[in-house]
Amino acid sequence: MLKYVLKRLSAAIVSMFIVITVVFLLMRLMPVEGYFGGRADSMTEENKQRILENMGLLDPWYEQLLNFYNDLIHLDFGRSVTLQPNTPVVKILGKKLPYSVGFGLGAIAISLVLGCSLGVLMARRQRGFWDKIGTGYIVFINAVPPIVYYLMIQISVTAATPLPMLFNERKPLSFVLPLICMALGPTANYAMWIRRYMVDELNRDYIKLARAKGMPNNKIMVRHVMRNAFIPLAQYLPSTILFTISGSIYVEALFSIPGMGGLLINAIQKQDNPLVQAVVLMYAVMGVFGLLLGDIAMAICDPRISLSRKGGSR
Amino acid sequence: MAKKERWENVVPPVLETTPGYIPDALFERAPYDPTAGEKGGYSNYSYWGSTLRAFRKNKVAMFFLWVLIALLVFTFVQPLLPGQRDPNLINNDPETGYMLKNQPPSSEFWFGTNAIGQDLWARIWSGTRTSLFIGVVVAFFEALIGIVMGAIWGYVRKLDRLFTEIYNVIDNIPTTIIRMLFAYMMRPSLFTVTFVMCLTGWFSMARFIRNQIVIIRDREYNLASRCLGTPTTKIITKNLLPYMVSVIMLRMALAVPGAIGTEVFLTYIGLGLPVTIPSLGNLINEGKQVMLNGTLVYQLYYPAIIISIITIAFYMIGNAFSDAADPKNHVE
Repeated sequence: MLKYVLKRLSAAIVSMFIVITVVFLLMRLMPVEGYFGGRADSMTEENKQRILENMGLLDPWYEQLLNFYNDLIHLDFGRSVTLQPNTPVVKILGKKLPYSVGFGLGAIAISLVLGCSLGVLMARRQRGFWDKIGTGYIVFINAVPPIVYYLMIQISVTAATPLPMLFNERKPLSFVLPLICMALGPTANYAMWIRRYMVDELNRDYIKLARAKGMPNNKIMVRHVMRNAFIPLAQYLPSTILFTISGSIYVEALFSIPGMGGLLINAIQKQDNPLVQAVVLMYAVMGVFGLLLGDIAMAICDPRISLSRKGGSR
Repeated sequence: MAKKERWENVVPPVLETTPGYIPDALFERAPYDPTAGEKGGYSNYSYWGSTLRAFRKNKVAMFFLWVLIALLVFTFVQPLLPGQRDPNLINNDPETGYMLKNQPPSSEFWFGTNAIGQDLWARIWSGTRTSLFIGVVVAFFEALIGIVMGAIWGYVRKLDRLFTEIYNVIDNIPTTIIRMLFAYMMRPSLFTVTFVMCLTGWFSMARFIRNQIVIIRDREYNLASRCLGTPTTKIITKNLLPYMVSVIMLRMALAVPGAIGTEVFLTYIGLGLPVTIPSLGNLINEGKQVMLNGTLVYQLYYPAIIISIITIAFYMIGNAFSDAADPKNHVE
């Protein structure tokens, strides 16, 4: 077990290094206007060169890369240019992170509960009432672009109920809509997977044996079917966290939650290069670790998994 | 020769004195019937015929297929109809000369006008054309690059390790982030949006093709082909790919709504198409800006309804087709 975790961890670290390097190199390709803070037109050529030189952007790229890693080790992501001029990026991120993490975890908790119950209801009676409702819901969520139904929910729910439209830290009621919006997608996915795996498991021989022995239906569901159906889900869980993160880019911007997703959009629209770079790196690192945790979680949940199997066959 | 002699020793010639002897005269020669030979081991099973029949049985999918065909035909016919406006034309009141902005739907402007007086009806159909174009192009390139790369990845053993490692690294990064990064670096245009989506879309297709090829590449019939000296490209195109047609079609069908959704997303965060090219993403973005004004919500509703119909139709048809293409479902 330890060997597997270490192996998987080292692979993750290697890919993280590659990802960071690639992101860094890509950012060098970007228009340099992003470093002048929107004053590019009024600046003389000399001033521009001086700013670039101060930022070390005129050095050869390998020197820049070394400096970049050096800064990373000291948790120095540079300073924001346009959004909050001269504030260290770390400080901005530090303020935003708790909102994103809080909403993300809340949404995943909700979707786990709702998605699993919906999936079980659907699997219990195929082609029954719940199965039809659930299938319609899953099709809708998977097919229609999220922004469309987020906007619809925002308009129609705020018109019909006293729920506030925008996020306000002091009003807990304003947490409801963003959480619902963020939970919609993962709920559909959980329900779909739980249903599929449960239906697969229900047709297995050992379930038939358990039935023949006279085991009560509820016990079969909980002790055999759920247990086995949950294993693929354990691996899927961290991927949903990724889903929620990328979904949260919309939701945070839409409800003006001061989180990382909204920050990324703002930084892009204001062409704040150092900030974009930092947020993108943050997401990439979170992505790498999400998958890592997924593989480890699956190894823990499934005692049958052979830990010596070749990596990368996921 | 020695063998033959011994053989004759073991099986004695049939003589009239042998017990159970039947004279030749009692045998009757059966007439030769060429059709009788066809009767055994033949059924009129045809893969595509059965697929089509299974698909037709799915009422919901057939409904969406007709809706989609009608919609497709209409988007292409619409600019040819009489009395249509240019989607980028800013309509002015002929008497006062002011812009006819934010007009509610009327007989003159069927879907109303937007904040700068452009005809929403024309913009929606033009936007649908743009979005469908992006979707189809992306689906095509996804399939093309994905199949070629996946086939090489799966069939050439030496490359397997390298490709797998590269895939693992790239797969670790959320695709949304890759797309946003590239779209941020390039200038907003139709090409950028399409390129960015093609860039990331083919990974999963290549991965799927590779897995399938690894599974079936050493089956006996492929071994036989290889022993007979069939070139690799021919083995891939004739033996391996037909096996995967149904799933490739499914993935292409699902890539279209995916691409339309991504365009909406990129445009929404300001990295997508410029406003001069109407697209469903642009329209939803415009609608979003005026949605707080209750009377103007129609500017959001119309594009939202169209986009929902298109994406759901593609999704349903793709899934129904892949069910129908599975030979397990052909048993009647």
